[in-house]
Amino acid sequence: MEHQFYFHLMMLIAIILAALWTVISRSLLKAALGLAMTSAILTIVMFKLDSPLAAVFELSVCAGLITAIFVSTISLTRIMTHQEIMAQSKDRMKRFGVLPLIIIFVGVGMWLMTKKLSITLPPQATETDVRKVIWNMRHLDLIGQAIMLLAGVFGVVVLFKQGKEKEDE
Amino acid sequence: MWWFYLSKEKRKKMNNEMVTIFWIYNAFALMLFAAGVYCVVVTRSLIRALIGLEVMTKAATLLIIVGGYVTNNTAAAQALVITMIVLEVVVIVVAAGIVLNIYRHNDSLDIRKLRNLRG
Amino acid sequence: MSLLFVLIPLLVLIFVNVLPKNVGKKILFWYAILLFLAQVIVAIAYYLLTKYGIPCERLVERSLFGRSIDVDGITFIMMFCVGIVSLASLIVARCVIKKEEISNYVNLLVIAATGMSGLVISSDIFSLYVFIEIIAVSSFILISFDRDINALEGTFKYIIMSAAATVIMLTAIAMLFMSAGDTSFAAVKKSFDAHNVFTICAAALFLCGLFIKGGLVPFHAWLPDAYSSAPAPVTIFLAGIVTKMSGIYTIIRLVVSVFGLPAQIQSVILMVGAVSILIGAFAAMGQNDFKRMLAYSSISQMGYIMIGLGAGNSLGLAGAVFHFFNHAIFKSLLFVNVSAVEMRTGTRNIGELKGVQEKMPVTGWTSVVGLLSVSGVPPLSGFWSKLIIVIALVQCGRFGYAVIAILASVVTLAYLLILQRKVFWGNVTEKYAGIKEVCPSVVFVEIMLAGITVLCGLFFPFFYNNFLTYIKELIF
Repeated sequence: MEHQFYFHLMMLIAIILAALWTVISRSLLKAALGLAMTSAILTIVMFKLDSPLAAVFELSVCAGLITAIFVSTISLTRIMTHQEIMAQSKDRMKRFGVLPLIIIFVGVGMWLMTKKLSITLPPQATETDVRKVIWNMRHLDLIGQAIMLLAGVFGVVVLFKQGKEKEDE
Repeated sequence: MWWFYLSKEKRKKMNNEMVTIFWIYNAFALMLFAAGVYCVVVTRSLIRALIGLEVMTKAATLLIIVGGYVTNNTAAAQALVITMIVLEVVVIVVAAGIVLNIYRHNDSLDIRKLRNLRG
Repeated sequence: MSLLFVLIPLLVLIFVNVLPKNVGKKILFWYAILLFLAQVIVAIAYYLLTKYGIPCERLVERSLFGRSIDVDGITFIMMFCVGIVSLASLIVARCVIKKEEISNYVNLLVIAATGMSGLVISSDIFSLYVFIEIIAVSSFILISFDRDINALEGTFKYIIMSAAATVIMLTAIAMLFMSAGDTSFAAVKKSFDAHNVFTICAAALFLCGLFIKGGLVPFHAWLPDAYSSAPAPVTIFLAGIVTKMSGIYTIIRLVVSVFGLPAQIQSVILMVGAVSILIGAFAAMGQNDFKRMLAYSSISQMGYIMIGLGAGNSLGLAGAVFHFFNHAIFKSLLFVNVSAVEMRTGTRNIGELKGVQEKMPVTGWTSVVGLLSVSGVPPLSGFWSKLIIVIALVQCGRFGYAVIAILASVVTLAYLLILQRKVFWGNVTEKYAGIKEVCPSVVFVEIMLAGITVLCGLFFPFFYNNFLTYIKELIF
């Protein structure tokens, strides 16, 4: 049991370190890659917590698709010159240097505060297969996803289309 | 409903170890959320604000999965997380489109240049 | 069967979009008008059928998919509002938005309206989140529709605050899921305990997220920017229905069906409502931009709905829902007038506009009707809804809030009359001497909305007996 416990703890610390690297790192590309790494470690954590299907979704969509979107957005916008990066990085450290302290403070505070709280567990669920839950019990969510994807399609058409004509001018 | 009390007894025995795990995960999810909020508030670049939003959403995902694990209801938790991931992709795509359009107008990703509208 | 409210619009929309271009565009516009009219008619038909004794609620629930879908008296009032405001926005859009982009606009409008129909029929807190996201994404795209830099900036602020609100809501959903095992309203209601710190924290977090979405003080920072920089028909849609649905309706639904009103939540809702009323009313007085002033006035009216809800008795709930309906009508009317003035004169600055009434008489007179209704002047409908809210507050002993409500009405009347005098009355300046009345379809919308306001006001006892008593039965 101890082995499991330390594995969970190590994975969680790895997530926090990856998230810190994402937020603090200087260049935007490294931040996007840090986001992908955070997603990957979150996938391992989810797999350990008995949720394999959600882990696969998280890996393929968040660590894959969203990272691709961020990288393409970053590459379509201007890359700063070296002097600008250096000038900004000193200022950055001043602003972001305090973040690890804040995080440790929040973590310890939460740990101390919640030792007294107790939650009552709910009754056992009736359906244990994820696929059956999604397809038989949550129809409204499925229709909602379809509508959302349609809205995304129109969003892309409205927001990304004009740019091409402007570049042609 | 005597059987309900029986099963509650059995679950209570597993509960102590799960409770520790649960509160540790809670603390780490809160730390992740704090990192995301700090990123959104302090940053000067538009894209980094989106990355901060993403980190915050990961904290929420972690919390839902832990909730499912602790209550033995991983099926419903996974269904929720899968729907959440699909919705979030569309939001990020639209937000990236907005950021690109702002870049095309302003030629920079600096948040301080967006001061046209009076607060 | 209530799943059809969402399924049919979606499938027909996909079908209409797949048709070839020339045929598709015309059909799309008329399909949207038909859809919104159908929503209005279904809402009225529901009430008529229930009045004549056919148990419509049971008709709708006895479906195969009845597990996460629930329909009651509030639902159909909301559908009626969605139909009317979407119609207004659609008709105004025809005159404002360029020809080649109108099909995208109509598609997004139909998607948002479908999302709102889904929101009112869902009975599961996660489905609430799903449809709120749908509405939010369609409104992001709609606000930045003409890609003006002010609109993009407003959209970006809205995206950041909306996504933060979403994450807070998801955290609350996770906590409620942990204590209930399932996300449906019934399960959460059973496991909700007002003395358990965990569930009360979850409820408070959920409400915070919804306050951000609904633009209530102190989370209203995105609202004036987003409203004033969006194109005119989009502002009508936003102010009339979107912000209210994703924020206020969800709070009403949660309080009625899930949480009840424990003392902590009641005091939070009352305080937020009162502060919204005051800050909205006073901030509106110093504005120079027509739309910004109306945006702050919207925040103020949202506060009224909140204190009506927080009164805790069924009369307060009836007043809140009636004020919701009234606000949808008269705020859309005011924003339609703003867009009419903006279409013809090209500016929204109050200091510059003068004497528009001579050239645009219909706009002027309907604007008078609208502003009298907002301020609660009898016999228009706004007076009745504010009266019910004040009586409900007095009935449960919260005299301070009742006094705030009445005082803010006076302030509202003051600044809206100043607005009317500056913009519409007086002699016209030479710069705007050549303007004419707007195109007839917009005139038709103005007259229709003003007519509904006047009718609801004059025939109020009829509405009270037939529609509001169904809401009064929803005692928590």
